[in-house]
Amino acid sequence: MSLLRLTRRPFFWIIALVIASFVLVPWLGNDVQLRESLLLAALYITLASNLNLMLGYAGYINFGSIVFFGLGGYICVWLVNSYNWPLSASLITAGVCVSALALIFGLGILRLRGAFFALSTIGIVEAVEAFAENFTPWGGSAGVYLSSSIFAPLGGPARALWVLYFIMVGVMGASLYLSYAIKSSKFGLGLLAIGQNEDAAAILGVPTPFYKALVYSASAFLPAIAGGLYFFKSAFIQPSDAFDLSLSTEALVVAMLGGQGTVTGVALGAYLYEELRGYLLTSQTFSNFQLVIAGALLLLIVLFFPGGLMGFIYSRFPRTQKVLE
Amino acid sequence: MLGVLASIIDGVLVGLVYGLAAMGLTLIWGVMDVINLTHGTMIVAGMFGLYGLATALGAPPYLALPPVLIGGFLAGVALYWVAVHRMVGRPPLMSLLSTFSINLMLVGIGTGIWGTALFNVDVSLPGISMGRYTFPGAHILAAILAAVIAASLYVFLHRTRLGKAVRAVANNREAAELVGIPTTRVLAITVGFGVALAGVSGMLIGTLFPFTILSGDGYQLKSFVVTVLGGFGNPLGALMGGVALGLLEGAITPFVPVSWTLVIEFVLFVLVLIAFPGGVFSRRGAM
Amino acid sequence: MKRLYLLAAAAAAVALAATPALAEDTITVGFTASLTGPLNVDSAGQQRGYEFWRDEVNAAGGIKAGGKSYKVKFVTYDDQSVGGRVQQLYTRLINQDKADFLFSPYSSGLTAPATVISEQYGKIMIDSGGAEEKPFETGNKYLFMVITSASHYLSGAVEALKKYNPQAKLALVYSDDPFSKAVLAAAAKQAKDAGLEVVMNESYSPSTTDFGPIVNKIVSSNADAFLGGGHYSDGATLARQMHDQKANMKWISILVAPADDKFGELGPAALGVTVPSQWELQVNYTPQFGPTTAQFAKAFQDKMHAKADYHGASGYTVGVVLQHAIEQAGSIDTEKVAAALNATDIATFFGHVKFATDAGHHGLQVAHQMVLAQWQMVDGKLGRQVIWPEDARSAPAMYPIKQQ
Repeated sequence: MSLLRLTRRPFFWIIALVIASFVLVPWLGNDVQLRESLLLAALYITLASNLNLMLGYAGYINFGSIVFFGLGGYICVWLVNSYNWPLSASLITAGVCVSALALIFGLGILRLRGAFFALSTIGIVEAVEAFAENFTPWGGSAGVYLSSSIFAPLGGPARALWVLYFIMVGVMGASLYLSYAIKSSKFGLGLLAIGQNEDAAAILGVPTPFYKALVYSASAFLPAIAGGLYFFKSAFIQPSDAFDLSLSTEALVVAMLGGQGTVTGVALGAYLYEELRGYLLTSQTFSNFQLVIAGALLLLIVLFFPGGLMGFIYSRFPRTQKVLE
Repeated sequence: MLGVLASIIDGVLVGLVYGLAAMGLTLIWGVMDVINLTHGTMIVAGMFGLYGLATALGAPPYLALPPVLIGGFLAGVALYWVAVHRMVGRPPLMSLLSTFSINLMLVGIGTGIWGTALFNVDVSLPGISMGRYTFPGAHILAAILAAVIAASLYVFLHRTRLGKAVRAVANNREAAELVGIPTTRVLAITVGFGVALAGVSGMLIGTLFPFTILSGDGYQLKSFVVTVLGGFGNPLGALMGGVALGLLEGAITPFVPVSWTLVIEFVLFVLVLIAFPGGVFSRRGAM
Repeated sequence: MKRLYLLAAAAAAVALAATPALAEDTITVGFTASLTGPLNVDSAGQQRGYEFWRDEVNAAGGIKAGGKSYKVKFVTYDDQSVGGRVQQLYTRLINQDKADFLFSPYSSGLTAPATVISEQYGKIMIDSGGAEEKPFETGNKYLFMVITSASHYLSGAVEALKKYNPQAKLALVYSDDPFSKAVLAAAAKQAKDAGLEVVMNESYSPSTTDFGPIVNKIVSSNADAFLGGGHYSDGATLARQMHDQKANMKWISILVAPADDKFGELGPAALGVTVPSQWELQVNYTPQFGPTTAQFAKAFQDKMHAKADYHGASGYTVGVVLQHAIEQAGSIDTEKVAAALNATDIATFFGHVKFATDAGHHGLQVAHQMVLAQWQMVDGKLGRQVIWPEDARSAPAMYPIKQQ
């Protein structure tokens, strides 16, 4: 699948439009408030889209996707703090290292299927978190605080937060294109076949172990970079934030809400979920019951829109299936 | 050396209670392929049930067992109709979502009522001493009760009509339906039992340790670990898994810095999963 | 007649509505609190202190500076006890809600990300809930802390222990979280300097639920004094299991959990447990500014319907310190108030307040001192008594702990 051919499809340009509006709307309005909110949305979209590669395409439930995010954060913060690496090099190194690690983990645990795979990913998160708590170069459980001077190379904190936002949007865009490109490729077809029936796929000649390890590793790269950005921006990282299992669960929920296996649905689900939680949290009326209301709304969606958001849209407007992946 | 032995015995006592909690998780999972993400919160509900009856009303702590059992069963049946019934037959693990949402609501309501403050139920029972080491009476009694409840569940599943129906539904739902088993009712009852087990184990844990509204996460994670060790969908295996986990914790702690216990525990967990995907104590058709 | 009466009433209403709008200025203080999640208990206590201060100040006519009176208004959001949204919320507090001053979230882990935002916009943030020193070593200019920092938490306990039993064998067992680790690392050093023997020094995972094997390990180590703990459940569970398993410690100091009144629910397991505290009801400093302890405790009890504890007192002190600095500066301009905070050196009912001004520790509290409280039987009921420092004590220490 050449990238050139992808550009001829409308969906390619829809993604481009989304990225452009993420960049332009807060920037032209100089709206830092919107920027902070969209940054979290971009982060959720990145995590959910990459999780979707495993979940929606290959049918593997990964409870532990957060481990990529956390490890990426740690490697990046560590390189910046202890070795004075520039941010760009640290981010890329974090992505590459975590992808490589994922490949190694993947070769081990991808022999497992279904619920057992899901459980083993929880085990990996917990083991890595416990390791980080004991690993002195990463500050152990106290974590790492970055000096406020780290923002100087990016032009001071005010400008740095914009720069970090634009990179995060870039990572989000890359995640969307990656999801799209894989879905339209032979690799993606192979993954979908694994998701339908792994044994049949293997008999039909899909190199299942290799494909699974590859997609597991690919789904680690961009979340690791997002983690690096996020914790660099926070100027602080500690194990309990970096390996927070509930963020993994949220990413799963978001992907399923939006419609697993679709690119649009997952991104839209992530965006809406983030905005909903953010709204409830800051609304004067709802903030005291925000957990209850978020739970009730989710439950209603799950009960009455079984195919997720995209399932609903596809069934109402069948023509959208041709445009929205 | 005596210290090591004491740690192991205490680990096993507490492990039996963890095993009971995991039975609740694995029963639902095994019968209908539903991972109940309210499990931890239901454990906490059992703890607060105990607190309400024992501390607020002044009843002896262990008298809370029957009400918690019944309350848990009813809560489970309600959970089935609200969150699980429509999920049966949906894409695998859609129930993750519905139970996740219910859990959000329960935690929200619980935090609203109790905050995240600490609660404790004082149980004074004479313990048994072994040299300088003491096994508290509450630990011993909780372990015995856990074993008795687990054994009753086993008898129920293997000796009663309803229990056999539950096992039949677990093995093959369509076939069970064909031979006239009311599967929906059986599923509702199964969730009822699963939640009741979570509640009762929570009540027993409440007699051992102080707790907060958020304690559930930790115990839910333990239940997952125990489920894997014990074999998936296998209630008695879960009990064995609990004992194994307690044994492991008791045996590791004296020899390594305490903070490394978890690293070892979870690395072993992943290795066990890879080596015995069916669980260490699984035997085919145990369910 | 009736009509005239109505007219007069209407005129009075208009006048009433108009006066405040003419004469009143407000300052907005923004912060996030942990309404949900594990930090909820501590954060709620602190927030009660903030709100009590706001109500008192407004009832007294507001903060007076430069010939004006400023009423205090709060804007607050739930940070859910996690760092994820802290930066978003503080950006919102500054830009959308136009906060003039900020209070910190509860805990060092949430304060660090909030500081990135407050420093970027040059907003003063006063901290009473994160005792770690690291956020103060990263070159911040507008962050100030009113409470004693982590490395001094257990120094009183070590001194007391040295007095009661110089041969004590210490077990240091503590939660693997940043705060507890910092406290115990300092305590280990202080114990060594005091010539006390440390026979066990280990941390446990914050998610530990069963301390049985750990307590057995403490027994095996032959320790007779215990220093450690972490936050709520773990500290209370440790105390309870040491009691249940008859570990027979002669001295127990546990962080945080025993400072809460609910710790008394542990019954006999609570007896004799000591806790380092930023403030206790029995503490009696003579304030240069603000109420005395007795006035504060009574008014707090009357208005907030809760017993004053150290979270409430430290929260209130945050407000008092800000008020003092604004009045000294005679302005609400950030630079002037920051300069006044740098120069602050006052005694309050909470203790002495003075901030470090050197670049390496700017904003760190250097004057306030902690006390050590012990759970003792008073008139047949469990309660905390101040036992250290000796010149501030309300009761003699119980050493060794006697089981009843």
